[in-house]
Amino acid sequence: MTSKNSKRFDDVRPGEALPELAIPITTTLIAAGAIATRDYFPGHHDMEAAQQLGSPHVFMNILTTSGLAQRFVEAWAGPAARFKDLRIKLGAPNYPGDTMTFSGEVVRADAASREVDVALKGKNSMGSHVTGTATLVLP
Amino acid sequence: MAEQEWMSEVRAKVGREYGRVYAWDEVNAPMIRQWCEVMGIDNPLYTDAAHAAASEFGGIVAPPAMLQAWCLEGLHMNNYAPGSTDENPYEVLKMMEAHGYPSVVAVNSDLSFERYLKLGEKLYYTTRLDSVGEEKTTALGTGFFVTLIMSFFSQKPAGDEKVGQLLFRVFKFRPANVPKPAEKGAAPAVPKYKRPQPGVSDDTRFFWEGVQAGRLLIQRCTCCGTLRHPPAPVCIDCHSFDWDTVEASGKGEIHSFVVMHYPEVPPFEHPNPIGLIDLDEGVRLVAGLVGVKRDEIGIGQRVQVEFQSFDDGELTLPMFRPVAG
Repeated sequence: MTSKNSKRFDDVRPGEALPELAIPITTTLIAAGAIATRDYFPGHHDMEAAQQLGSPHVFMNILTTSGLAQRFVEAWAGPAARFKDLRIKLGAPNYPGDTMTFSGEVVRADAASREVDVALKGKNSMGSHVTGTATLVLP
Repeated sequence: MAEQEWMSEVRAKVGREYGRVYAWDEVNAPMIRQWCEVMGIDNPLYTDAAHAAASEFGGIVAPPAMLQAWCLEGLHMNNYAPGSTDENPYEVLKMMEAHGYPSVVAVNSDLSFERYLKLGEKLYYTTRLDSVGEEKTTALGTGFFVTLIMSFFSQKPAGDEKVGQLLFRVFKFRPANVPKPAEKGAAPAVPKYKRPQPGVSDDTRFFWEGVQAGRLLIQRCTCCGTLRHPPAPVCIDCHSFDWDTVEASGKGEIHSFVVMHYPEVPPFEHPNPIGLIDLDEGVRLVAGLVGVKRDEIGIGQRVQVEFQSFDDGELTLPMFRPVAG
């Protein structure tokens, strides 16, 4: 849940850790996330199609991963934070039955622009599903 | 190695701009609300008109990570909104496919935002083939990293306005191992990764049995008393075959260390610090370090053994934790 209290730039220091966020990965989340992002590629909602691609099950699409990464950062930063960018690198797939746990840390704070960079990582049982950085402007 | 000839055709396309792909729908509240519902996002800026009206935007805006979704084709592949280009920004991937690189995996998605999008904005994007890397071999196979840059614009009467950008990088490759088709009807399961088991021989069995029992045992020559590790059949000093063991105190210091960052291999935690430990008894062993901050590990740091159980008790390993000097 997004905190209604926004972080202020002056409250944030490099090294600050974000609260972890564990997201259960379900078939429903994968399929619903794909459709909510208008991605109808069969590997994201049709298990047989995914298996023909060599996957054990449907797998999460990138746009859902980006959305969940936004959620993780925003849950910490609050509604007054403004995203400048969200850069992610993909790793191990998210399959149903797994759990992805986000962790993150403030890695840069620039007083002149009130920008902070948050490094984030979403791990599942196979390793890193996603690593990346979000740049935010804080009030 | 000289590059294959067909690749020059691919390289000639680098820098090419591909035409507009329009959004089917203008930026709208129902799609935003449903996206937020699925993602678990409750930021009122996206769904609460009263809250959003009081923001600098004066109304609801779209979540930034939704940017790309506005312009996807939807249910029918390649069925883009009216006015969209017929050009295929992914044409170089097709060329690679024709030359034996059938698989593709997305590697990077870098979104950047000029500003947030308001309700009613109508978007399109154009694509530039930014780069095609040299042929590389990764754990997945051999192929090429292909980078596309999509620029997103909002249509405005006074001139269209750039609102964001997506750098999208894929790896187009020939798989190292062709995946086996999954067994029909087999229970789909997330693969479970376990730590590798040590190779246990007659020479080393005592060590691993000791570890299992929470004891750190060192081999000792019963002829001359010299300690040795790793275990071996013959004394390194007097060449005697006779030995027994002594239990180490488990105290020692870091002789050297390495911190594994990349590649991240499951199920290990990363960064993964590994120490070369000088035991006080005088032998040296390699073991994982626990309870250390990466920046605080140092040569000479005093450590104490502890035994950790992995994979539901299938494996016990000696690990070393820093202690006060």
